[in-house]
Amino acid sequence: MDIFAQQLINGLVLGSIYALVALGYTMVYGILGLINFAHGDITMIGALVALTIVQALAAAGMPAPVVLIIAGGGAMMVCAALGLSIERVAYRPLRRAPRLAPLITAIGVSILLQYSAALIWGKQYIAMPKLLEPAAIDIAGAQLTTLQLAIFLLACAIMAALLWFIKASRMGRAMRATEQNPDVAGLMGVNTNTVIAFTFVLGSAIGAIAGLMIILYYGIGHYFMGFMLGLKAFTAAVLGGIGNVGGAVLGGLLLGVIESLASGYIGDLSGGVLGSNYRDIFAFLVLVLVLVLRPSGLLGQHSGDRA
Amino acid sequence: MSWSALFTDRRWRWIAWSAVALLLLALPFIIEALLGRSWVRIIAVALLFVMLALGLNIVVGFAGLLDLGYIAFFAVGAYSYALLASPQFAVHWPFLVLLPLGAAIAAVFGVLLGAPTLRLRGDYLAIVTLGFGEIIRVFLNNLNRPVNITNGPQGITLIDPLQMGGFSLAHTHTFAGLTFAPVHNYYFVFLVCAVLSIVLSLRLENSRIGRAWIAIRDDELAASSMGINTRNLKLLAFAMGATFGGVAGGLFASFQGFISPESFHLIDSIMVLCMVVLGGMGNVAGVVLGAVLLTALPEALRYIGPLQQRWLGGVIVDPADLRMLLFGLALVLMMLLRPEGLWPARRRRVAPVHTGNADVG
Repeated sequence: MDIFAQQLINGLVLGSIYALVALGYTMVYGILGLINFAHGDITMIGALVALTIVQALAAAGMPAPVVLIIAGGGAMMVCAALGLSIERVAYRPLRRAPRLAPLITAIGVSILLQYSAALIWGKQYIAMPKLLEPAAIDIAGAQLTTLQLAIFLLACAIMAALLWFIKASRMGRAMRATEQNPDVAGLMGVNTNTVIAFTFVLGSAIGAIAGLMIILYYGIGHYFMGFMLGLKAFTAAVLGGIGNVGGAVLGGLLLGVIESLASGYIGDLSGGVLGSNYRDIFAFLVLVLVLVLRPSGLLGQHSGDRA
Repeated sequence: MSWSALFTDRRWRWIAWSAVALLLLALPFIIEALLGRSWVRIIAVALLFVMLALGLNIVVGFAGLLDLGYIAFFAVGAYSYALLASPQFAVHWPFLVLLPLGAAIAAVFGVLLGAPTLRLRGDYLAIVTLGFGEIIRVFLNNLNRPVNITNGPQGITLIDPLQMGGFSLAHTHTFAGLTFAPVHNYYFVFLVCAVLSIVLSLRLENSRIGRAWIAIRDDELAASSMGINTRNLKLLAFAMGATFGGVAGGLFASFQGFISPESFHLIDSIMVLCMVVLGGMGNVAGVVLGAVLLTALPEALRYIGPLQQRWLGGVIVDPADLRMLLFGLALVLMMLLRPEGLWPARRRRVAPVHTGNADVG
């Protein structure tokens, strides 16, 4: 079953990246009840910033680990600043507005980010300079590259750290309190504005790392890459139960695995009638099925009339 | 006397409405004289979007069901027309059969989408409808193998125009000294359809069904305890909304003569949603305004290119990118300045203070 093992590995690696992006969606949704449509594009900006830094530094002949750390740090800072200002300018003034109003500004910001990126980096695909020569490890007849392993482990470490942070730290407790009831949290002395701003910064910084991983994995960047990535990540967040941080991790991994298994097997199963170009459908079909059977996602609680 | 009173005052409203009607009839000729023929085409397309936005308004504005895959019904309508009136299958059915058929097929799809998603609320519904829209598009893209149905990414060409007997809208006609080019003909057909949609929407809004939808939107639990059959009415909202999309799709296919899956992207669903929300969700006049504005705005922004040339002495920024950039900015600014939409529904204004939780979703 080496195809199975191979697709499982690919799926887990891809899924861990989806999960990182999904965390940004789910944290914001949990606290504000807002689909931050621009999050996928923040990830794209992170990816392209990292790519630019790598191009510049790799040309200067710096060693690969140093380049990657600087690129990751730079991308995180740019994205954190971006997330902070988007929250401040586009979402905060609309916090008491009808629910769909911030959704439209989010779409506006998303378009704004995409075409700003198109102006800065152009519309062509940008190739990532080859930094690493990943070695391949043989597991159960399938190949796992060291790059895949590193991405997966780093993603898991970030997710574990985030779960711990939300559970144990003072800021994490403030985030949970704000999520349950912003007004009461405010009365208890939580500065909800700071908490919300912090959530955006945290989500965007994690998105930046996911962006770096994506360009390392695929070796290519593009101004529109945030769109499908954001869509998949949001699907993952909903799959796990949106607003639930653990659910985003589960949903992301699950979506990645389902997608790569489906695209690996669909050709054989349907006798060559359906090709792997149907793989995007699979993600959505699973989503529809899960939601029909469990309307609030795998780990979500019944939200009652929160709609 | 205010401007709006002109349209309600018994003595003046006939004059006021006749003036509006005359203006709409003369509009393509005025526009052509002032801005050129390409703008006649744009206002014709704007009328199609008025139909689409009004259809989505039934689902989102009246019934409060957030639908992010609405363009799928447009696609279903367009492909139903295109497949049965083009050389693709070498069948050429008359449009009088095809437009109702497209509407019916779209309505069936609406119920198919609605049935499994009835239990979902708010954003879960949004993501499922979004997935549905993508699924339809991927199928349209890939159903050229093993049996060629949709012709895949190449799309369907040589679609029949609207025609009856020897009279085709794709020909230029001369009538009463005026030249009616194909765009003019289609403008008038679309105008009739758009006006019909507006009347239908207004009548629906004040009907028993419309009031039930609004009750469901404002508080589903309360609505169902008042004896409203929420399941059937939500399905009806999906079906009605889809019908508008299906008819508009058929008209679009005949107007363009060519369709491909590229016309039915998620961004198009989002665009129609923006029209509804930006104009003023639930208010028919607001939605019409939103549709016209958002069709015209990106086109008007095309003039940025030449202006750059004149003021800055060269094209510094790619005009197509700058256009989208300004469009995104306009969306954000308009929403920040008028979060209720440009022309909000009156019912919302007099509604009691809402708590935020039971708000429209």
